[in-house]
Amino acid sequence: MSDDILGKFAGALASGAVRVVDLTHTLSPDFPVIVMPPELGQSAPFRMERISRYDGGGPAWYWNNLSFGEHTGTHFDAPIHWYTGRDLPLNSVDTLPPADMIAPACVIDCSQQANEDADFLLTVSDVVKWEEEHGRILPRSWVLLRTDWSRKSGAAYANLLADGAHTPGPDADVMRWLVAERDIIGFGTETIGTDAGQAGHFSPPYPAHHYLHGAGRYGLQCLTNLDHLPPKGAMIVAAPLKIQNGSGSPLRVLALVQERSTG
Amino acid sequence: MTEPLARPKRKNPLARTTQPLLPPQARSRKAHGFTLAAATGRFMLQCCGECGRYTYPAREACPNCLSSDLTFQDAPTGGALLSETRIEVTSDPYFREHMPWRTGMVQLDCGPVAVVHLHGDCGGPGSRLKLSLQLDRAGQAVFFAKPVSEVPHMEDDPQWREMTADPKHRRILITDGRGPLALPLAQALKKAGAARIFVGVADRWKPFDQQAPLEAIEGVELVDLDLTSERSVQDLAMDIGAKVEILINTADHVRPAHLFDAGAANAAREAMDHTVMGLMRLAQAFGPVMRSRGADGATGAVAWVNVLSVHGLSNAPQFGVHSATHAACLSLSQWLRTELRPGGIRVLNAFAGPLDTEWFQMVPPPKVAPKALADAVLDGLKRGLEDIYVGDVAKDIEARLFDNPKAVEREAGQ
Repeated sequence: MSDDILGKFAGALASGAVRVVDLTHTLSPDFPVIVMPPELGQSAPFRMERISRYDGGGPAWYWNNLSFGEHTGTHFDAPIHWYTGRDLPLNSVDTLPPADMIAPACVIDCSQQANEDADFLLTVSDVVKWEEEHGRILPRSWVLLRTDWSRKSGAAYANLLADGAHTPGPDADVMRWLVAERDIIGFGTETIGTDAGQAGHFSPPYPAHHYLHGAGRYGLQCLTNLDHLPPKGAMIVAAPLKIQNGSGSPLRVLALVQERSTG
Repeated sequence: MTEPLARPKRKNPLARTTQPLLPPQARSRKAHGFTLAAATGRFMLQCCGECGRYTYPAREACPNCLSSDLTFQDAPTGGALLSETRIEVTSDPYFREHMPWRTGMVQLDCGPVAVVHLHGDCGGPGSRLKLSLQLDRAGQAVFFAKPVSEVPHMEDDPQWREMTADPKHRRILITDGRGPLALPLAQALKKAGAARIFVGVADRWKPFDQQAPLEAIEGVELVDLDLTSERSVQDLAMDIGAKVEILINTADHVRPAHLFDAGAANAAREAMDHTVMGLMRLAQAFGPVMRSRGADGATGAVAWVNVLSVHGLSNAPQFGVHSATHAACLSLSQWLRTELRPGGIRVLNAFAGPLDTEWFQMVPPPKVAPKALADAVLDGLKRGLEDIYVGDVAKDIEARLFDNPKAVEREAGQ
């Protein structure tokens, strides 16, 4: 049956013709979270406290209480996260349209540039160059910035110096352009935020947050395994927790990748 | 002269660890006047308000004039040895482990005669002595006599070491390497002969200024420790729990917040998590193993220090959350003290006023320099104290609370 798309999809999953790539870091207490100046409010890190483990607290069962900020580990940013998206409809994770949770991805490999310069900034010309090779970014696509930053851990991952974090990200122009000219559904990174470490000094400050959320688009950060994705063609499944009026949430991000035929 | 305490040999893993025992504990309610004095390093006896004579043991009425106006007052610390007894054999389980033990009858300068524990360097009958009230391993007050002048290595006297928590040759855990206290404490402990100093550091991925100077101190080892994470605290205890003989909890979390601010609950919860729950997690992870090692040789587990804000005793509205968390820490600390007592582990609360650090930048002097607080903690350990008040603000609040707690509360809110 030619129109049995999901049947074919199930077959492709079973045969391995479609691979499922996990783009998620393990949610653990040691994973760095965004750091604000200490007099401001802070995101709670991920914490797990045992309720019972087949012991006096519960003889046959193991379970834990969790606590964490909405923006912990591999996580999703909803438009309401930023002031620019505060008045939009459907701007929180609980009202996020389910159809937006599945979308194609364009992966721009800047791993070499990021390796050479922690403050590497993605520009419009980088994206145009990518389009010359892989074709135009289709509307409602995720743009994922591959930097291989996810291979770092601890201090090297956060890369905090006396003048703040030094991690790669997009510049202000490219964010405005991606949202206005390419109508992307969202932007994803391997670093702690969708913005560069020094983005507080950009104009506007934190342009990824500013433009994405101001237009009702989304952010994904702390992604991993982007090096397992093709430049184009992967489908992203990103379904945040349905938290009432939530500004974001940790989530499992999956990519569906069609294996290239080798025959 | 006291034989200097040798660095302990590594333990024989085939030998059973000696279990802690405690000296006799029975005391009357009146006699806890001595406990109060010993806990704070004072020498106090009952003194009659009518005839002015000091009396001992603790009584309900003056044996001289029968007045009931007997209050504990500071007394002169001198005395003369009348007789000495070196006990070689006893049926008391605790003292059996510590034979021989020197005791003596002392004519106190303030009048009464008392039986005291005698430092090994004290001369024979007739020699002059300096008296103090000490807390023994059971946390009860006893008289202790030392020679009037200092003698080399006198702090290594085995009887004195039972009354104190000297860091010499001991292994210490400082819980918050990022705090302002860690560096001066580590320096002071090193100077005092600590064998090893573990310094807990949370979020190793965040750089901090004291890292290099801390690591430069020989014997200091930075270890992962995040008091807000049960797993982190448990993991560290699994690694080094049986090596910590003195735990110094320097955790603090000062964030200004007004009670009616929208974010005040978050600030309070964060502060509670760092301090109160942090102390709880530490107690659960390190308490049992420390308690079991209270008699583990000459350098067994001996003390737990909590560095607290004196505003835990009476709320300072400018630092309301901070005050509230430290009040809870104090309560928890008292609980911990009871739980650790069977191991003979002392719990020392160091109450300090505002520190001379960034979070108290707006507070006018006098403030406590972190080094002064570190030195006071060391002094408290070496003298076996239980409650110390560091700095002018803390001392003032202590004195005024003793006098009129309501006045302290009202004035702090004005």
